[in-house]
Amino acid sequence: MSLDTATIRRIASLARITVAEDQLEPLALELNSILGWIERLNEVNVDGVEPLTGGAQMAMKMRDDVVTDGGYPEKILANAPDRAGQFFAVPKVVE
Amino acid sequence: MLTDLTIAEAREKLRAREFSAVDLTMAHLHAIEALNPRLNAFITVSHSQAVDQARQADAALARGDARALTGIPLAIKDLFCTVGVRTTAASEILRPFVPPYESTVTAQLLRDGAVFLGKTNLDEFAMGSSNMTSAYGPVENPWKRLQDEDAVLVPGGSSGGSAAAVAARLSMGATGTDTGGSIRQPASFCGLVGVKPSYGRCSRWGVVAFASSLDHPGPFARTVQDGAILLGSMAGHDPKDSTSADVPVPDYEAACRRGVKGLRIGVPREYRSDGMPAEIEALWQKGLGWLRDAGAEIVDVSLPHTKYGLATYYIVAPAEASSNLARYDGVRYGARQDGAELSDMYGNTRAAGFGAEVRRRILIGTYVLSAGYYDAYYLRAQKVRALILKDFNDAFQQVDALVTPTAPSAAFAQGEKMDDPIQMYLNDLFTVGANLAGVPAISIPAGLDANGLPLGLQIIGKPFDEETVFAVAAEMERAAGFTALPQLRAGG
Repeated sequence: MSLDTATIRRIASLARITVAEDQLEPLALELNSILGWIERLNEVNVDGVEPLTGGAQMAMKMRDDVVTDGGYPEKILANAPDRAGQFFAVPKVVE
Repeated sequence: MLTDLTIAEAREKLRAREFSAVDLTMAHLHAIEALNPRLNAFITVSHSQAVDQARQADAALARGDARALTGIPLAIKDLFCTVGVRTTAASEILRPFVPPYESTVTAQLLRDGAVFLGKTNLDEFAMGSSNMTSAYGPVENPWKRLQDEDAVLVPGGSSGGSAAAVAARLSMGATGTDTGGSIRQPASFCGLVGVKPSYGRCSRWGVVAFASSLDHPGPFARTVQDGAILLGSMAGHDPKDSTSADVPVPDYEAACRRGVKGLRIGVPREYRSDGMPAEIEALWQKGLGWLRDAGAEIVDVSLPHTKYGLATYYIVAPAEASSNLARYDGVRYGARQDGAELSDMYGNTRAAGFGAEVRRRILIGTYVLSAGYYDAYYLRAQKVRALILKDFNDAFQQVDALVTPTAPSAAFAQGEKMDDPIQMYLNDLFTVGANLAGVPAISIPAGLDANGLPLGLQIIGKPFDEETVFAVAAEMERAAGFTALPQLRAGG
């Protein structure tokens, strides 16, 4: 599987990272080299193997579904790049 | 020199009031002032906070309320959120971020009386093995090649600032995080003890996330006992991290005195690659000899899927990173770049805020998780990961611990291995397995190479059996008698 510049453009858009047109080709080369190296996993017989999702070899604990935190909007908004009252502000989405 | 003391020594002397916690903290702050402009180990030095905390430690000592770390100055990797102290993850995108909360691990260190000197440099979002990807500049390794003292070496990564700070005596210990080797490899490069505990042993709450199923907080120290003291404070169940293990934290310091008589130590034959430098192979054999002399039995074992570890890691880690780093959107915190529309604002913010290596890994992660490729890459990697875990479980049916080299080389120079990402990735060849399997591992300084640079050996244990890992590490430390010092250090 080899990535072309159209695929790079598509995944950059999925990842919400602006990539300049002249950067698509060098990026494709870099990513293809890494993906080529990863292809060695195709040698492994994984028939009947259950995927391992995490490092924890234990069942997750259950807890009551209750609110245990919150109620301090000023602390939450203190790092906001832009705000309007008690809301985060972003560029206009709908005209 | 106060800065040369171990944590264990300083703890006794503080309790005996031979010097004050303020004296000890000031000695380290002066060392930072003298050497940090060159080493660049700290991104932020929290001078006045450190002095305040040291005064509180002196007050606690005066009233006889000495805890495990009262008055001990530590450095905190700038990936742990610290309330009121800027936390950057060495990224442009978090340059303005001041957390309103404290990570669980740092809160526990503070609970036990520690003094925080500041926040240490790292590879951006902990993605790297050289500290070269930091947006706040590279870190200089305080060790120098004997014949080439002008060469500026890397401290390893990603926790390069923490390692350089502890090696140069700017701090008595430090926190790090280890996702593929980011504590153990810099510990090996800087002549330190680096501890990656079991997955779930130390809470990840409040640690900036890279790859959640692989990220492990852990300590750096100059002795195995100091590593045990720090881990004892950092470890423990945390309800705020759903993967935190609700198991008792044993006395790791006591485990250091156990010895290794009767233990079975495994040597994984797949780690013996043709390309391994002779010096590292020789040191490995020497380390096994120490254990044999101390009464352990050395056993040949097999970890058949070793050669697939790094490729598995470079699917799983970028996949998790692409998801974790989606939160940096310029809306709730962090730096924002303007755009005509919301989507432009997102794209411009993330293009300007992330460095090249972080962008590369987000794109790989996005690709391997995207429709049509998920099964071929991500699902397959998760299955290979299961086989790697099975390798470790099978080996631990036969042995109590494994001993291997930590890294395939000593510290290299800044600028080396930068042209090809895969060359940099190979640094984690021997360390990444313990992350994929979630098992505990320690690197200890075992000897020097022909250039006078430190080389580490790694001890890997069964899940939640850090005690055996500490016992083996302490025995090897005694036998190694590692007393070499880096050229750049406080008072050096």
